[in-house]
Amino acid sequence: MGILEVSNVNKHFGGLHALNNVDLNVEQGSVHAIIGPNGAGKSTFLNCLIGKLKPDTGSVLFEGEAVLGKKPHQINQLGIARVFQTPEIFAELTVMENVMIPCYAHRDGAFKINAFARVSRDSEIRIQAETVLEDMGMKEKISQHAGSLSRGDKRRLEMAMCLVQEPKLLLLDEPTAGMARADTNNTIDLLKHISESRGITMVIIEHDMHVVFSLATTISVLAQGAIIAEDLPENIKTHPKVREAYLGEAEV
Amino acid sequence: MAKHNDKLVLLIFSIIVLLAPLLLAPTGAAYPDLMQRFAIYGIFAIGFNILFGLTGYLSFGHAAFLGVGSYSAVWMFKLLSMNIIPGLILAVAMAGLFSLLIGYVSLRRSGIYFSILTLAFAQMSYNLAYSVLTPLTNGETGLQLRLDDPRILDAAPVEGVLPSTNLFGLEMREVFWNPTFMGYELQFNYGFYVSAFFLILSFYIAIRIFRSPFGMMLRAIKTNQTRLNYTGISSRPYTLAAFVISGMFAGLAGGLLATMDPLAGAERMQWTVGGEVVLMVVLGGMGTLTGPVLGAVFIKYFENIFSKINAVVLHGWFSFMPTWLENFIVMIIYPFVGKGWHLTLGALFMLVVIFLPGGLVDGAKRIGGLFRRKTKQEA
Amino acid sequence: MDAILLQIINGLDKGSAYALIALGLTLIFGTLGVVNFAHGALFMLGAFCAVTFSKILSISQVVIDPTRTDFLGNPLKVNTPYVEVWFGDFGTALLDWSVPLSILMAIPVMILIGIIMERGLIKHFYNRPHADQILVTFGLAIVIQEIVKAFFGANPIPQAAPDAFIGSLDLGVMVGFAENAIIYPYWRLIYFAFSALIIAGVFAFLRFTTFGMVVRAGMADRETVGLLGINIDRRFTIMFGVAAAVAGLAGVMYTPINPPNYHMGMDFLVLSFVVVVVGGMGSLPGAVLAGFLLGVLESLASMPEIKNLFGAIGLPAIDQIIIYLVAVIVLLVRPRGLLGKAGMMEE
Repeated sequence: MGILEVSNVNKHFGGLHALNNVDLNVEQGSVHAIIGPNGAGKSTFLNCLIGKLKPDTGSVLFEGEAVLGKKPHQINQLGIARVFQTPEIFAELTVMENVMIPCYAHRDGAFKINAFARVSRDSEIRIQAETVLEDMGMKEKISQHAGSLSRGDKRRLEMAMCLVQEPKLLLLDEPTAGMARADTNNTIDLLKHISESRGITMVIIEHDMHVVFSLATTISVLAQGAIIAEDLPENIKTHPKVREAYLGEAEV
Repeated sequence: MAKHNDKLVLLIFSIIVLLAPLLLAPTGAAYPDLMQRFAIYGIFAIGFNILFGLTGYLSFGHAAFLGVGSYSAVWMFKLLSMNIIPGLILAVAMAGLFSLLIGYVSLRRSGIYFSILTLAFAQMSYNLAYSVLTPLTNGETGLQLRLDDPRILDAAPVEGVLPSTNLFGLEMREVFWNPTFMGYELQFNYGFYVSAFFLILSFYIAIRIFRSPFGMMLRAIKTNQTRLNYTGISSRPYTLAAFVISGMFAGLAGGLLATMDPLAGAERMQWTVGGEVVLMVVLGGMGTLTGPVLGAVFIKYFENIFSKINAVVLHGWFSFMPTWLENFIVMIIYPFVGKGWHLTLGALFMLVVIFLPGGLVDGAKRIGGLFRRKTKQEA
Repeated sequence: MDAILLQIINGLDKGSAYALIALGLTLIFGTLGVVNFAHGALFMLGAFCAVTFSKILSISQVVIDPTRTDFLGNPLKVNTPYVEVWFGDFGTALLDWSVPLSILMAIPVMILIGIIMERGLIKHFYNRPHADQILVTFGLAIVIQEIVKAFFGANPIPQAAPDAFIGSLDLGVMVGFAENAIIYPYWRLIYFAFSALIIAGVFAFLRFTTFGMVVRAGMADRETVGLLGINIDRRFTIMFGVAAAVAGLAGVMYTPINPPNYHMGMDFLVLSFVVVVVGGMGSLPGAVLAGFLLGVLESLASMPEIKNLFGAIGLPAIDQIIIYLVAVIVLLVRPRGLLGKAGMMEE
């Protein structure tokens, strides 16, 4: 049984059948990539997973618990963290504060009035945050404003914010979109490092085949709203349906 | 992370507040009534800043809570006792309840919708206080003390004299020390020190909230609410808590206003009063600790001192000049002072919003920074 | 029945003012994405255009008439407006018609004020948070209001409608009710008709001219229109001028109904915001619909029968709060307003 089980998800936008009976099973500890041509429904699918969109039918189970209908913060509290296409961080806060907030969310839950506690005296939170930032190689940027970071550092910071919560599942929405080759390779190394050292399950939606084949342990191919193939990376390239869907796209 | 020297800030703040009757003497603002207003509106602004400065939710409805505080306090003076403690307790409690209700509804929306909802609620409360709720608010006349009020805890009053507000027998308006210092006649009264105590307490609470995880969440709401939600934090209860806290501060301020003068009128609930606290916080520096108090003092000083400057005073100032120049300068300045103080205030407010979004506190910091850089270069 | 009809008609003129101000607010919001707290001030400025115009018209020649004396026995000074001296009866007619005529002055003046406002101030706030836009326009509203106060004083300055429109029309008789059951002042009727005309004009302008089409396209998708090589910014600036003129005209024509004072803008501002929100942020038909709807609702709620009805459930002064109550309910039940698009301005 997988950590994330998606079964029979359908979503219509007017006459468009955006998702057509999508089934997906993500194994514990795997890096599961979802690829597909433009307009295949990847983003819609992800938005259904995180509670931003509500599918017409179907169910999404995370560790046996229903995810659909839950609010974003509830889904996060289940242990699902999310990395956005463009890094979503708290630009006006410092790097340290950016990481402390998810720390608190992880320890104290979705809401706690701790108006008289002092952030500066909470060594537990501080140490957790510092450890993760060190792990990400951002220790010397701890007191910088997050908004002033470079794009690559913002991505690192966002990753740190997710990791500090020790999530069971990490959802990544095109984590290398718009990046230069060097940055992309750095991100690949970073993700590999995370996956290998922490064993966090990842679902990654990606356009860039270089990224996908460097990271994924399993690949699902989404085309016209339906999963047309699911296999090991080495088998996907030769899969006839995939070749058909990607006809004319050189990289596969 | 930057080290904050909060103890020192609190200490300096307290000293300045406690010595206000002395320090303000040269400015002509050192009379008890005005100093008390400084303190009370300072409390109002500190509270408002916890909502607007930290979360960025712009409410135009906080005048309603100020009004609720005043009405509640006056009712306690009428029914229970002229001792201000029960009045203040009820003021804070009622304002808290009221803000919970309005906040719960308004916070279902965000952005401009939230502002307009609070605006609508403020105007609705104002109209209600004028009309439907007349038994509670005494409508247009305003709620006042009467000789035949029960005041069940108090001893029978002197025949035919309205009792005055007190704290366990210390009368609010009594001046307990009246020394002359460097040619200035100083007035120390109980009322100001009661308000000053609450101002320092409010300031302390604000510092604690700013430095707490709760305060950090509020700032996170302002910068990126989406991220916060995907980080596992439910932002609405945080915003609601901030709304209620700021409402309770407003209630306290309203209660204290009633201890100065036990009278509550609906005009205190008008949305323009709520707009004034917005001016205070923005002018002083939203999201800063001292800014709101500074803004409150600034505006109340304008309202009470600056507005008294008339043509005669102006001519006095510039009498050293040749008459034609004197007349010319007075003509230029006149529309901006005295009764025109609102104009100056509005213009100043616009300048701050356009050029100095951090408010006067930020401006002072920048000037300080420039100065420091200069000395560094010279050295 | 006739009472209800009377109230509905009574609500129309206030509704017209709401609709016109809200229309302008929506134009600015829809085109420029700015929440303009100074829009009430534009309404007030329009009203003071009428005041200024009539002041200019009545600049008088002072002649001492030796044949007559005032009550102190001094020779009587006779003030005769120059227009009467120069044009005789025509001048008198000009004076009488000063309010409607001041439209001629108000249109260019208001468009100019609008364009100066947009170019001078508001364009610097497109990329700042909505809260900043609210704050700066709120400050501007205070400044404009205080300038007007400095020039015209704090007291309301009554303006008369032309003699021909003073008095009332007995509408009831025309549709078969008893005499005096439904009477309606002529000027209010004019105001309603005038508003309808302006609204129709604005809609026609947006629908049938190329300029309007570009603006509407820009409202829907600014970037794409910009990419087509059309200078959308300049058109939006002009639309700001048009919106200012609409608010100003609403103010001009309102002067005989309510003597203008410097804070009338703030009084109308809150209500017009409520109207815009109820109609749906960014929807022009929504603004107009909600304007009339709320005007009529307010008027209906002031009927004794309705008040008694609500009094029975504990809300005797329903007329005082009906608009706000409706706004709160609409915002909570149907957040995007009656005719608005979903998700507008939610950040």
